[in-house]
Amino acid sequence: MRHDAPLSGRSGQPVRTTCPYCGVGCGILATPDGKGGAAIAGDPAHPANRGRLCSKGSALGETLALGSRVLHPLKRNGSGGYARVSWDEALDAIAAGLKAIIDRDGPEALAFYLSGQLLTEDYYVANKLAKGFIGTPHVDTNSRLCMSSTVAGHRRVLGSDTVPGCYEDLDCADLVVLVGSNAAWCHPVLFRRIQQNRTERGARVVVIDPRVTASAEEADLVLPLKPGSDSLLFAGLLVHLADGGLLDESYLAHHTSGFDETLANARALAPNLAAITDGTGLRAAEISAFYRLWAETPAVVTAWSQGVNQSAQGTDKVAAILHCHLATGRIGRPGSGPFSLTGQPNAMGGREVGGLANMLAAHMGYAPAEVDRVRRFWKAPNIARREGLKAVAMMDAVAEGGIRAMWVMATNPAVSLPRADAVQKALAGLELFIVSENVLSNDTLAAGPHFILPAAAWGEKDGTVTNSERRISRQRAFLPLPGEVRPDWWIICEVARRLGFGEAFAYAGPAEIYAEHAALSAFENEGSRGLDLGAHAGLGGRDYDALEPVQWPLPAGRPGGTARLFADGGFFAPGGRATMQPLAVPVLASQPDAERPLLLNTGRIRDHWHSMTRTGLSARLSAHIAEPALFLHPRDAERYGVSAGGFARVATEHGAAVLKVVLDEGARPGVAFAPIHWSGETASDARIGALAQAACDPFSGQPELKATPASIAPVAYASQGFVLSRDVFALPPGSWWAKLAVEGGEGRLFATDSGPEALMAHANAAFAGCELTEMIDRAGGVYRCIATRNGRLIAALFLAPAGRAPLWDTVKAAFAVGREPENRLALLAGRSLDGIAEAGPIVCACFGVGLNAIRAAFAGGQALSAGDIGRQLKAGTNCGSCLPEIRRIGAQSRETEAA
Amino acid sequence: MAEPLIIVGKGMAATRLVDELSQRALGRYSVAVIGAEPRLAYNRVLLSPLLAGEIAEADIELKPAAWWRDRGVSMLYGKPVIGIDRRARTVTLADGPTLPYGKLVLATGSKPLKPPFPGGDLPGVVTFRDTADVGAMRAYAARGARITVIGGGLLGLEAAYGLARAGGEVTLLHLVDRLMERQLDAEGAALLASAMAMRGVEIRLNSATKGFVGTGKVEGVALHDGTVIPADLVVIAIGVRPNTDLAAAAGLDVARGIVVDDIMATSDPAISAIGECAEHRGQVYGLVEPAYEQARTLATSLAGREAGYPGSLLATNLKVSGVGVFSAGEFEAGEGAETVVLRDRAAGIYRKFVLREGRLAGCVLVGDTQGALFYLGLIRSQQDITPFRADLPFGEAYCIGEAA
Repeated sequence: MRHDAPLSGRSGQPVRTTCPYCGVGCGILATPDGKGGAAIAGDPAHPANRGRLCSKGSALGETLALGSRVLHPLKRNGSGGYARVSWDEALDAIAAGLKAIIDRDGPEALAFYLSGQLLTEDYYVANKLAKGFIGTPHVDTNSRLCMSSTVAGHRRVLGSDTVPGCYEDLDCADLVVLVGSNAAWCHPVLFRRIQQNRTERGARVVVIDPRVTASAEEADLVLPLKPGSDSLLFAGLLVHLADGGLLDESYLAHHTSGFDETLANARALAPNLAAITDGTGLRAAEISAFYRLWAETPAVVTAWSQGVNQSAQGTDKVAAILHCHLATGRIGRPGSGPFSLTGQPNAMGGREVGGLANMLAAHMGYAPAEVDRVRRFWKAPNIARREGLKAVAMMDAVAEGGIRAMWVMATNPAVSLPRADAVQKALAGLELFIVSENVLSNDTLAAGPHFILPAAAWGEKDGTVTNSERRISRQRAFLPLPGEVRPDWWIICEVARRLGFGEAFAYAGPAEIYAEHAALSAFENEGSRGLDLGAHAGLGGRDYDALEPVQWPLPAGRPGGTARLFADGGFFAPGGRATMQPLAVPVLASQPDAERPLLLNTGRIRDHWHSMTRTGLSARLSAHIAEPALFLHPRDAERYGVSAGGFARVATEHGAAVLKVVLDEGARPGVAFAPIHWSGETASDARIGALAQAACDPFSGQPELKATPASIAPVAYASQGFVLSRDVFALPPGSWWAKLAVEGGEGRLFATDSGPEALMAHANAAFAGCELTEMIDRAGGVYRCIATRNGRLIAALFLAPAGRAPLWDTVKAAFAVGREPENRLALLAGRSLDGIAEAGPIVCACFGVGLNAIRAAFAGGQALSAGDIGRQLKAGTNCGSCLPEIRRIGAQSRETEAA
Repeated sequence: MAEPLIIVGKGMAATRLVDELSQRALGRYSVAVIGAEPRLAYNRVLLSPLLAGEIAEADIELKPAAWWRDRGVSMLYGKPVIGIDRRARTVTLADGPTLPYGKLVLATGSKPLKPPFPGGDLPGVVTFRDTADVGAMRAYAARGARITVIGGGLLGLEAAYGLARAGGEVTLLHLVDRLMERQLDAEGAALLASAMAMRGVEIRLNSATKGFVGTGKVEGVALHDGTVIPADLVVIAIGVRPNTDLAAAAGLDVARGIVVDDIMATSDPAISAIGECAEHRGQVYGLVEPAYEQARTLATSLAGREAGYPGSLLATNLKVSGVGVFSAGEFEAGEGAETVVLRDRAAGIYRKFVLREGRLAGCVLVGDTQGALFYLGLIRSQQDITPFRADLPFGEAYCIGEAA
């Protein structure tokens, strides 16, 4: 295939592809419009979503513009700026630079930091180049921050990183337990499936999470446990099951080992209900109710996500859950099993190719036989022979100078890694720093890589991804490669060729890479490894293009794949047995103290994805939660002197951020929650990764990102406001700001100590050449201006005293229209008299329905339920991720009436 | 029999008085209106548009003859009153007859100031006060004459605009550094100056007239700085002086104007004065609104009812097409005052509000005078505007919701 094949000419023909966001891996029908955009719809034929999409997936069409993209190879020059260079120049220089460092310091001076956003094929060639040909084991990935505790837990207990169940289990379970998962926001399509099961079949839902989230609002039982105490709760469950005679003795006898020690260990951890109550902070009645429910419901799925994984005890948490399922034989059966909900679109694919530092390739590790097998298959001249450094340790090695060169692909470690400020600084010190990226600017690029390589983005790249249920789906291109953008696999292969490994990297396209990956998975497998794609080992280009979503294992002769595993044992481990593992006493890596009395929890919000590279381009996705916030229990807010709508400085040992305070009754007292999405690109003071500690799980190396001791203090600014502009608008130094997409440009919400006079001077300088319409009330602390040029509305800036932030919906609407308003003065009033009501925060991102409309419908009596809201306003009728919020608004409205 | 009421002057104040009287005390007085100008009363405010050719002469008439007739008013025009005999309660007309009055109202208005500049008597040096002036000036403008208007106040600006509009090549001289300095702040005045410039009037500030030059007719204006500005016509519009001669001759108390009390009575209870000739609480008003308020007060009082004129809030409205200027109350923020300003330089719009303790103390509107009456009302009522302070510049519609 030609990389510049003109795809854009064909419009109207839907292309079946897969969503680039979470690990649900929803099928998408993308219909290119022939102008660089596409209409996006859920693929009714895809088994993961059956046509449904969440707010983020629905808005993918709004994220395809090229404005923020890097379109040509860039080379850093002496003055720190970047010059466009040819691919040949960049690739030659990179190969020469890598070679020089290898020759001088050995291959282990090189590291690759990859991403769950890469396609399996990209991942495969990167891993092959590093571990087989360059000879460095230092290949790790942002999945280390995401799923590695599950990988470690699966491997320790099940023997391999194999998810036993499938999504259908969520449809037919009688009990679904969500542990450390706000699936309502983070895996909305699966959450809808669970809720549909609850509504139609009466399945019960239990949510275990220190924070009472949107997911908890639609649960039968909510257990807001102490952070880090999950394994204690499940150890107690194991004891309860044993004491209640509910063990599947036969399953234990035939398919597991280590049960007795594990049960003894569980009894030591959880000798009685009081110990569990004490350790988890839950009430005895809640715990008993949960144990009873779990015990009496054979069809139970225990699903977990980052609350379990992003923990220094994550591997034990996973093991504790697996133990309960193994002990009852509730695994691999319809509606029954432990289930890890993956965070990224291709974290699973990365795990499969071996993109983690402690794996070699294709579910093979560093046992000598495995190393030898992979070496022979690859004909590898320089096979790595021992585990490499995991992400956190890898960055330490960068800082300490052990690693001299690093190639980062498709991820933004200067935002996402713990101690992100230190990471950014370390990256800046690399001798050779290469980043393959979609965007022209981000926090990692701010560390000054020597080369920025323009990589293909979603919609342009072509390959496969694997979702949480082991289902391999095609991500297909439906847009042409813009500029000189190239797929990651091509870039890697071109460097490999220049390093002298051309023969082993002479792929014509992703189909050939996939076929090789499949062949490796089947190579000398004979049922010993779960990951067996033997049925695809000889897959030709046409079959690859036509590939239907399928779940591995799919050994040769079984192309239909496998929905479930381990119902009858058959673990990919010695003797086919799972190995239960005694657990450590669960203790958080760091405890709060007098100086840092709170714990900082981190996570996602409903309408953004990771560092917002893509979701940040969508105006409607930016309207749900517009600013980086700190969610606090009202008691904590009072205690630390911060108030709703005000600002708080959150500081840990590693860094600090200034965030907007949101009071959240669902927050656990003593634990503050901050979304992870903002970066130096999108906010002035909200790099949450910079605050996170780097303490890691001993098995998985995954850092404890959800419990860093922190202090908070109020921060006051004299003024607050917003600015809407077509281009980047720099606020006065020292201002707090958050940038978000608005239709037609960018918006910044800001707070500043600059007063009206200073802002007026600033605006007059910034908008020189424009016609300015201004309002100034110095004593009243108000400044507003609208800049127009040639009949076009260029910018609007509104400043008001702190606590009276101006509303912006009316101005935003005019800005979206673009042309100069008929009445500039009236626009400066900031609100319209002809009935354009303030939408308020967007509740339903799919249909753009705001809080105020929903409140009005409840208050006016037109709507009594979320269903009524759906019929009248459409809100909540697409992805449904806003339904908990709509119900809450309804409940609040009833309370108000009753009061 | 009805008491004879004589009104001397038949301008806008007089007309309004008749109107008010006919509503309050029709038939109680036998009213006679005596005017010097040989025509029906007209709206002097409309002289500028008349000069600009935007309206016709008929359009400026206040009331048709029938209106006066219907109210039983005797009209005597082209007949100036030359004397008042207070003891006899009569007035004497220029052509001899004396008329008796029970009540006498002086509404004699004002006349243009014409300082004694050298050359002031040259043909082509005029003032701008009545329809006769308009006719002469239009004739000059129509042939593209070079015209210099002296005076950057309301009247001068209106004259300059009208003349430019009528075809004249107009230069406006103003003594100080800003136009309408008694109504506008520097920014408002500057905006007005550029708006006038865009309408073809060359504005020269800080220009003190020394005299007029010319042989047989005016040919130029000499300034103190030595400049001579060529001119075929010079219009002096530097202000007006109340017509108080008649009152003074009759021995009434006269200061700048004819001194009146709160029911518009002069020092002789049988004689009242209203309009531009009157001085109330030390204030002489050169604007129509106060004259109307005074007329209403007097009519009420003449009708035998309780009345009292508290004085008027000074509000200025410039009538130049497309250049609305409104000014009321404090227009510079003195100590203790705060300002809210709205500006759109490109559109020529400027709005300034002077606030004191949460109340509107004054405002300047240039370019767009919408809401002027609303603001005037706020200045008068001294209502607390704090609840809608941020909406204040955008007009009543934005403020009412907030105030409720």
